[in-house]
Amino acid sequence: MIDWISIYRAQFAVTFGAQLQYRASLAIWLLGLVLAPVISLVVWTTVAASGGGQAGGFSQGEFAAYFLALLVANHLTFTWVAWDFEFRVRNGSLSGQLLRPVDPIHANIADNVTYKVITLLAVVPATAVLAWAFEPAADTSWLNLVLFLPVVALAATLRFLVEYSLAMAAFWTTRVFAINDLYYVPLFFFSGQLVPLALLPDWVRAVGNLLPFRWMLSFPVEVAIGRVAPSEVPIGVACQLAWIGAFLVVRSMAWRHGVRRYSAVGA
Amino acid sequence: MNDLAVATVRLRKTYQVPVRQSGIAASLRSLVRRTTRDVHAVDGLSLSIAPGEITGFLGPNGAGKTTTLKMLAGLLYPTSGEVTVLGHVPSRREPAFLRQITLVMGQRNQLQWDIPVADSFELNRTVYRVPAAAFRRTLDDLASLLDLGPLMMKPVRQLSLGERMKCEIAVALLHQPRILFLDEPTIGLDVTMQRRIRAFVAEYNRRHGATVLLTSHYMADVEALCKRVIVIHHGRLLFDGELSALVARFSTHKTIAIDLDGDAPDARAVLERIGEVVSIEDGHAVVRVPKSQTARATGEILATLPVADLSVEDPPVDDVIERVFASTRDATGDGDASHEGVAG
Repeated sequence: MIDWISIYRAQFAVTFGAQLQYRASLAIWLLGLVLAPVISLVVWTTVAASGGGQAGGFSQGEFAAYFLALLVANHLTFTWVAWDFEFRVRNGSLSGQLLRPVDPIHANIADNVTYKVITLLAVVPATAVLAWAFEPAADTSWLNLVLFLPVVALAATLRFLVEYSLAMAAFWTTRVFAINDLYYVPLFFFSGQLVPLALLPDWVRAVGNLLPFRWMLSFPVEVAIGRVAPSEVPIGVACQLAWIGAFLVVRSMAWRHGVRRYSAVGA
Repeated sequence: MNDLAVATVRLRKTYQVPVRQSGIAASLRSLVRRTTRDVHAVDGLSLSIAPGEITGFLGPNGAGKTTTLKMLAGLLYPTSGEVTVLGHVPSRREPAFLRQITLVMGQRNQLQWDIPVADSFELNRTVYRVPAAAFRRTLDDLASLLDLGPLMMKPVRQLSLGERMKCEIAVALLHQPRILFLDEPTIGLDVTMQRRIRAFVAEYNRRHGATVLLTSHYMADVEALCKRVIVIHHGRLLFDGELSALVARFSTHKTIAIDLDGDAPDARAVLERIGEVVSIEDGHAVVRVPKSQTARATGEILATLPVADLSVEDPPVDDVIERVFASTRDATGDGDASHEGVAG
């Protein structure tokens, strides 16, 4: 039996140390993560203000609540695994990991979780300051806020698996960036980063429901601000679980075939 | 086959390398249709290595040594042929297999770049499930042997190449593997440290009965450690046997070293008639003669010159190896499909 607790504890120690070595770049990353939703926040509260305090059923305060929840959820679900994986395939440092008797995905998971824990220390106060400045208002409940936690955890799992599966493309082409760019366009649109999905035409939303993107980010945001009633949460969770199952299969198949093609460049 | 530590049968690895001519027209053409060329990095290699052997793996750059080691360690899938290492098929990368092997390459690999060496060691301890007591013991051994003490708390990126190599070797051995694949383990190290690593590998082999397959550019490594050598060229087996047999087989010449007793002004003229004079000064001369003529040459020198001392030696292994590669290059030409080698 593999002692996962020890492995993760040691892996956390490693990633913790590694990430704290680069405090400056950590701060810059974080600034980007906070700024993007702030821009949307400013734009949409302005639109709402000029529309007599309302735009597409969202008041100024509701826009503020939406984008602040988005800021937190995006931070919790965000990954850079595709970039990292491509780098390790291209420079050959994946070889060192392949020699170990543990799947390299666990190093990525630990890396991701550590990053979240460290940066949360900055994201929480940043959100608090923004909340003070933009005065969010949401018709939500305690139950919604509690449900946000498992829902955002599932969203993070799904987003990680989707992006890990995409990262497997590195085995076939050593330029994954192009594929990533292709992925970020629908992600930006259908995950609710551009505008709340509620503002989109019905048919676009219907399409969005069939794609994985809503379940990776928008759904936990909708739960947090009370746009999804607690009774409707199980349906969304079922969709999340279905996509997670699908991408577990995709990632393990892509991994099995990809590793065969790995040409162990350099190292 | 399962009694062997390493066994390969007609092992082959072919890379497809994209070919592109220069120029805009060629670039555009390659957009539509990619042409690739097959490169046979390893071309039908059959080897067997018994447990506990230390084998030197020699060949010029690009001969296929590293590709072979990577296939044996499970990093690369063979294009065809069979491989078993300790009864496992390496490319399946089963944990039970990975826990018994190690591969050290002359680049960063197991160590984490940004954290102290000790943390990388600790990570590998848990990943390989090394019991704490055994870990402590191995680490103490390694630390004193490789002089790791002052390095343990430094982040890896602050280490010099030599220091990093020492730590790579140490971290690769913490789980006490039964097979060591060492690709240029002494590269970048000073002579003292090279000697220490050599002594360490020999000691590790003796103590644990581990099998070692080693490539090195330093013949001193090979001479000190390996009784058996495998020479490959263009991915094919050129020689497999004892190091002394390699020298005997491929050295076409012997060198005769002579110490002259007193004056012999005509010594150079005499020696030039007998063979190729490598050096002559201060009453000491070295002459190279074809192997078949060694006895006749020795007799003639003793008869015509005032000799105080004379010894007949094989040429240095380095020279022999160089000669082997040079001769196969001449015989086959690069990329020639008909390279037969002189497999033994």
